[in-house]
Amino acid sequence: MRKRKLAGVFASFMLAAGVMAGCGSSTSTSSGGGDEKGGEIKIGANLELSGGVASYGQSIKEGIDLALEEINKEGIDGKKLKLVVVDNKSEAPEAINGATKLISQDKVSAIIGAATSGNTKAQIEIAQSNNVPIITPTGTAADVTVKDGKLNDYVFRTCFIDPFQGTVAANFAAKELKVKTAAVFIDSSSDYSKGLAASFKEKFEKEGGKVVTQEAYVAKDTDFHAQLTNIKGKNPEFVFVPGYYEEVGLIVKQARELGLDAPMMGADGWDSPKLVELAGKDALNNTFITNHYSSGDSDQKVQEFVKAFKAKYKDKSPDAFNALGYDSAYFLADAIKRAGGGDSKKIQKALAETNGLDLVTGQMKLDKDHNPIKSAVILEYKDGEQTFKTKVNP
Amino acid sequence: MEQLIQQLVNGISLGSIYALIALGYTMVYGIVKLINFAHGDVFMVGAFIGFYSITVLHLGFFPALLISMVACAIFGVLIERIAYKPLRNATRIAALITAIGVSLFIEYGTIYIRGAQPEAYPSNIVPLKSLEIFGVKISGQSILILAVSLCLMIILQFIVHKTKIGKAMRAVSHDQDAAKLMGINVNNTISATFAIGSALAGAAGVVFGMYYTKIEPLMGIIPGLKAFVAAVLGGIGIIPGAMAGGLLLGVIEALVSAAGGSLFRDAVAFVVLILILIFRPAGLFGKNVREKV
Repeated sequence: MRKRKLAGVFASFMLAAGVMAGCGSSTSTSSGGGDEKGGEIKIGANLELSGGVASYGQSIKEGIDLALEEINKEGIDGKKLKLVVVDNKSEAPEAINGATKLISQDKVSAIIGAATSGNTKAQIEIAQSNNVPIITPTGTAADVTVKDGKLNDYVFRTCFIDPFQGTVAANFAAKELKVKTAAVFIDSSSDYSKGLAASFKEKFEKEGGKVVTQEAYVAKDTDFHAQLTNIKGKNPEFVFVPGYYEEVGLIVKQARELGLDAPMMGADGWDSPKLVELAGKDALNNTFITNHYSSGDSDQKVQEFVKAFKAKYKDKSPDAFNALGYDSAYFLADAIKRAGGGDSKKIQKALAETNGLDLVTGQMKLDKDHNPIKSAVILEYKDGEQTFKTKVNP
Repeated sequence: MEQLIQQLVNGISLGSIYALIALGYTMVYGIVKLINFAHGDVFMVGAFIGFYSITVLHLGFFPALLISMVACAIFGVLIERIAYKPLRNATRIAALITAIGVSLFIEYGTIYIRGAQPEAYPSNIVPLKSLEIFGVKISGQSILILAVSLCLMIILQFIVHKTKIGKAMRAVSHDQDAAKLMGINVNNTISATFAIGSALAGAAGVVFGMYYTKIEPLMGIIPGLKAFVAAVLGGIGIIPGAMAGGLLLGVIEALVSAAGGSLFRDAVAFVVLILILIFRPAGLFGKNVREKV
């Protein structure tokens, strides 16, 4: 039902767009954007600037703005990038409207956005049929770029996908912590958690480790003593808990009370100030998370970015959304440069061929599914503060 | 072996919270034959009152426990006077449905007032060290829970068996009309029962917050249902039965999880309820009393 409604909305917009195109410039022959007036290349941003996840969109836009300011100092082959922003109000129908407007009225060469996987998926059909590439900075769901085994060739992303973090955690456990045995404790009501656990297990066993036990809980549980006692009984050297902070906070606390002192690790689902409140500072020592980026990374590129960001935004420390927005703009600018202009089809090709691009969130290369292969950072909790531990390459 | 004992300790800690809540269920049922579904929400309100006493008023654990118990006692009496008393002579199903309504009202009223986000109990209010006995780690908080629960149960036994109000409660539960004829103020006795039961739920709320850290407006639903199972398991209306039922249920759950069925744990609790209802409807401690006509 919903699908049909969306298709209806889409169809009516296409009609409207057709009419507008008809009475607009009849000389324009460029299929799918790519207007280059006066040394300007227009790019669109379709972001959640208001509504439920407004903070995501706003943070990404801050990052994009900073990146474009830097890029436009020199320009790309003498041309400047001009950003056209639409607010999709954190809703899929608005994301469709926004993409339609950007493509048919503003004739942008490419679109950055949306922040969430759902709002990005809403734009796929428009992007595909108009041959305009879209780049989501933070849409991590696997089926954004590949649907039913078929690649959405005009859809790209700057972030790594969910299961990748499991691989990174396994690498870190096996190579940096040099542990041989691990336990996995998953939230069986979450696809995110199960996906991470599966990829962790696969990689960890490939590296010669052994997953000695797997226990499960469901979201909203409060008592984990029994499962943790089981885990403790197996004496693992490492515990992987790919859950969300509400339960993980309690798990870490109860594990330490039971004397389970092995290092524990999770992914970006842990990343919330509430985690520290729930678990307590002491219990969180010797725990790690994987994340996209850390402002504490000593890498020169990161530090330059943090400095530039603080200078522009009143000493605000950039978070992962800021960094991924910033990187999305550079990802696109690099492709435009290699494409030699604002032609959408050439940009799509250049984006897909991206290999070894140096970004704030790591060196990036795309695989055949348009998923970035790049490094993740590992953060360690020390007295309740996230500190940069290391960067793990895939 | 160590692991088994550890699991038993886990189960007893969990079970003593169930027992504290189950006591309130059982007392109210014993007197007015009403399953007070709002009881789990009184438990939740108790947890929040304790939380705010500690964080806003900067009180210690025991003062917070006391404030929470007193506030919940008043709250319980209010619920009884406003929602249940007008229905005392109505059908039992009407009172039961009202109880469910009150429960939803408290849950969503709390969400309306303070939002649905969880809160974390401060962990440093009672600095307790863990004990290690033969490789079994018992956290200070588990011991505190057990101690508080046991003390409250002993006080309750004392009130029920040695005081005048306890005698009145027993009389009313035995035969309301006869008690009235003997000059017992039935209304006050019922209120007192609600007050005591709700105070225990409030105490359980604070203890739960201490032990599990996270509290939220819908936290009362599952422990409330489990405590109901515990009350039925022990024999609803029988005070020692509620204690034993709570502890037993906690231990059963811990052992089910220990055997690898952690996802099946809640289901097992309710399977226990069904089995008891089929094979021993009066509960473990209940006598089979023939219904008087």
